[in-house]
Amino acid sequence: MTTAHPVEPLSFPAPRGACPFAPPPAYEQARREQPVSRVTLWDGSQCWMVTRHAEVRTVLRDQRFSSDASLPGFPFVTDGRRALANETISNLIRLDDPEHARLRRMLTADFMIKKTEVLRPRIQRIVDDFLDRMVAHGAPADLVTEYALPIPSLVICLLLGVDYVDHAYFQERSRVMLHNHSTVDQIRQARDELTDYLQQLAERKRREPDDGIISRLVARGELGDDEVATMGLLLLVAGHETTANMTSLSALALLRDPAQLARLRAEPALVKTAVEELLRFLSIVHSGLPRVATEDMVVGGETIRAGEGVLCMISAANRDEEVFATADQLDLARESRRHVAFGFGVHQCLGQPLARVELQIAVETLFRRLPGLQLAIPYEDIRFRTDMAIYGVHELPVTW
Amino acid sequence: MRVSVDTHRCCGSGQCVLAVPEVFDQREEDGIVRLLDHRPPAELHADVRTAATVCPSGAIEVHEA
Ligand code: HEM
Ligand code: SF4
Repeated sequence: MTTAHPVEPLSFPAPRGACPFAPPPAYEQARREQPVSRVTLWDGSQCWMVTRHAEVRTVLRDQRFSSDASLPGFPFVTDGRRALANETISNLIRLDDPEHARLRRMLTADFMIKKTEVLRPRIQRIVDDFLDRMVAHGAPADLVTEYALPIPSLVICLLLGVDYVDHAYFQERSRVMLHNHSTVDQIRQARDELTDYLQQLAERKRREPDDGIISRLVARGELGDDEVATMGLLLLVAGHETTANMTSLSALALLRDPAQLARLRAEPALVKTAVEELLRFLSIVHSGLPRVATEDMVVGGETIRAGEGVLCMISAANRDEEVFATADQLDLARESRRHVAFGFGVHQCLGQPLARVELQIAVETLFRRLPGLQLAIPYEDIRFRTDMAIYGVHELPVTW
Repeated sequence: MRVSVDTHRCCGSGQCVLAVPEVFDQREEDGIVRLLDHRPPAELHADVRTAATVCPSGAIEVHEA
């Protein structure tokens, strides 16, 4: 290592600053001064942190940076995450090609653009339904539990062939799995219960097939029920927490920026670019995409040795001024397609076409149907999810 | 401009279809890229370059001229 490094590597994760929508100031400083730098994790181990857009793309696109969590040196940002990765059959997000590609290609057709566009009318009805119910319950309402969370939950249940009546069961367990302060035992239990649940579901689909994803995975005959359950678990968890938090955090960001909100209301066709910009600006996957180098690699002038871990900070990359001018401003009409909110490389979000459709409909419908939407509590009292793998707000009380 | 795609590298992200549906499509059976037009007209060139930039797997190659 060269002497250019600060004596004390940054302790990871760093705290957020005054603006709850912006990445921690220390990551932004690193991006400007040392875009490939050393950090110290919770267990005292060290790894690399990459913060600039160009280098984040380089690392994520190069498969010599492995996603295989069983390799020594793979960085885990909590002890719970480590336990999760090392004790189960790996799901595809933690595997490399060719095994990753084999599994991913069993699912790509289901999430491709043509398929998700066809879902628009169905998703619109689901969104309208939950909004009707929220309005019927009366103000104030928690936008998270009454709108943002149930929409993607119901949608992913329909696609997978999971009974929505069980939503409280899996929502609670995925919350435990994604909570940074859950104990290892709590996480093990939540994971085992969810896996059992999905394995029983797979067995049932073997006897009573339908046209959901789980049933079709079973019918292919290439995977055991345990492997189907592992895939189902990934889709169920990745498919609802992310979109839910993007929806509620987007609502808050727009309520805090009346000029941008007015623009969206005046020009509803802006919703597609608006959602891309919100994805960039909010970057809810905030804890860093983990990889481990399998060869010595030079990135941003630094040598990353084989066996060293790397965290790719997509939140910092999405605020890179070299790519997005005035990156700290929300600009709904901006060209933000180069954002990396869905990651980059072969692991780039499989569900992104679905997430886009859900977000476009949820955001547009909310502000169109509730012109008087506003916060029901002081902004200062909102609790942000700094303690969760996916950023957002714990609750968002609103009136209209 | 001439465009080529590598179906082995493609991870079916659909970014290219989002950028230029006139030039890229996804195969019905597995969501992998299908090239509709390997010599796209001039008015699409900018979007095709964007597609190559945002393609996460590096599966799109653009040969200028
Ligand atoms: C706003 C919503 C979403 C965001 C911001 C998001 C973000 C991400 C990111 C950053 C990754 C890359 C992880 C890595 O490279 O290590 C990823 C992967 C993934 N996402 Fe999403 N996601 C969202 C919605 C969804 C939805 C709705 C689904 C599904 C049904 C989904 C399923 C997946 C899967 C299966 C992967 C793993 C892909 C692979 O490893 O090949 N996501 N997502
Ligand atoms: S953008 Fe690249 S990876 Fe995505 S579908 Fe098109 S060619 Fe495949």
